[in-house]
Amino acid sequence: MQWLERHVPKLVLAPSFVAVLIFVYAFIGWTAWISFTRSRLMPNYEIVGTIQYERLAASPRWETAMTNLAIFGILFILVSMVLGLLLAIFLDQKIRTEGVLRTIYLYPMALSLIVTGTAWKWILNPGLGLESMVRGWGFETFAFDWLINPDKAIYTVVIAGVWQASGFVMALFLAGLRSVDAEIIKAAQVDGIPTHRIYSAIIIPSMAPIFLSAFIVLAHLAIKSFDLVVALTGGGPGYATDLPATYMYAMAFSRGDIGQAASSAMVMMGVVFAIVVPYLYSELRAKHD
Amino acid sequence: MTDISAPPRRPIGQTLLRWGLYAMLFLFAFYYLMPLFVMLTTSLKSLEEIRTGSLVALPREVTFDAWATAWSGACTGIQCEGLRPYFWNSMLMAVPAVALSALIGAMNGYVIAQWRFPGANLIFSLMLFGCFIPFQVVLLPMARTLGFLNIAGTIPGLIFVHVIYGIGFTTLFFRNYYVTIPQELVKAAKIDGAGFFRIFWSIFLPLSLPIIVVTVIWQFTQIWNDFLFGVSFSQAGTQPVTVALNNIVNSTTGVKEYNVDMAAAIIAALPTLLVYVVAGKYFIRGLTAGSVKG
Repeated sequence: MQWLERHVPKLVLAPSFVAVLIFVYAFIGWTAWISFTRSRLMPNYEIVGTIQYERLAASPRWETAMTNLAIFGILFILVSMVLGLLLAIFLDQKIRTEGVLRTIYLYPMALSLIVTGTAWKWILNPGLGLESMVRGWGFETFAFDWLINPDKAIYTVVIAGVWQASGFVMALFLAGLRSVDAEIIKAAQVDGIPTHRIYSAIIIPSMAPIFLSAFIVLAHLAIKSFDLVVALTGGGPGYATDLPATYMYAMAFSRGDIGQAASSAMVMMGVVFAIVVPYLYSELRAKHD
Repeated sequence: MTDISAPPRRPIGQTLLRWGLYAMLFLFAFYYLMPLFVMLTTSLKSLEEIRTGSLVALPREVTFDAWATAWSGACTGIQCEGLRPYFWNSMLMAVPAVALSALIGAMNGYVIAQWRFPGANLIFSLMLFGCFIPFQVVLLPMARTLGFLNIAGTIPGLIFVHVIYGIGFTTLFFRNYYVTIPQELVKAAKIDGAGFFRIFWSIFLPLSLPIIVVTVIWQFTQIWNDFLFGVSFSQAGTQPVTVALNNIVNSTTGVKEYNVDMAAAIIAALPTLLVYVVAGKYFIRGLTAGSVKG
């Protein structure tokens, strides 16, 4: 009884610990193992080396997916950050309707990306959406066919992604702006430093950790992006808007090529970790100091 | 608060600047609201009006036919039962998964924050790490495991997956909340003879309402909006609403009914939108806690 009493906390935590060990770490190990085999439809556990990664490197579809990830990731992160910061600074100017505006800016974050994708697919639909609307205003030659244009379709994913996530970045930045020491700002105002200089020289530099957080969250969202592409473009036209996540899914569940699915998943994890691990490390270290 | 607005008497330039500021803010409000507005108006139009009218025009004749079809008649492939069965699938999946993962997270957070033992922090770090993995990396072994456990393609299977991969976040939320409660509380209660569960039940649980709300909202939004697990681990009949919505929109049989698509999208979005409108404050707190502290 005494023994039990003393070990209850450990026993309570144990099932979760075991679950994480199996369903996160062992599963990653399994996927890593498979990525070094010749597995196709069924897993084959004989390790043959980096053949799956070589197949990835040689696949034009994977190349498209990685290029798209770079285009989407960079633009999505950049535009969301700029827009989010801008909106946060605007909202920080003692705006009377701040509460309502904030609610409006942030609500897309509550939606499923499938809903967002469905909505934008309709809006960007060349036949009946934005294009025909602008033509209806008298601009007969107006063309906006990005959704069905293989070279431009990835940018529609950016448009919808930014719409979904920028309000969230705004909320992060607004919280950051509000946490800057008011005394320093008062002192700067007394000294007659103009508002834009106060922002660019005092407030924004002091928000470096928030920039980092926003970057991590957005990068994470970008790499995991799957639903949005599925709902908006279905990866098309052709596979012009494929991302690593959709490539992995296609290999795993429609092509029956689990070797490719495993290796592409491992590459995705590598990209996530390259971004997240240094951040987690610095966070954990900061907490111990 | 950053107090950097202009002094009381504003010169004309300042006034113009403020007008410009408000104009910009409302322009952006319009940008964020436009898709919702378009969805709503499109869902209330007839197909005929959609073909002839403008995207942003208000419906000339409001009809709820598209909503009725989306709810109980739209085709998701070969079945034409609308979104209704899938909406309930999502409910059946989300409610137990949210409750279970919150409960487990609360117990875990309580242990990690208040009953520290050697290695507890390492376990916490390992769990935290699990929040960041792209789920693609566990998709294949999980599909096999669900088959092995005989719950592949079932709602209990989806509940299982959502609970497993929700534990990291729920533990994080509760741990960060309980860590702010002084350790003396547990010590004093122990001297009074209260045990582990008794202290949790009568001291910590009553203090936990705010973090329970944050956790429940976060988990509900995540699970309701999930698509990857839903599409990978369900089969015809057990699909969650996001998967069914995607199937309705991309079903290629018959005439493309945009009004039905939009009504279906709004129906699928309603529960989380409602949560956001009712408890937006907690929603934002969950978002920022889940991302900043992680």
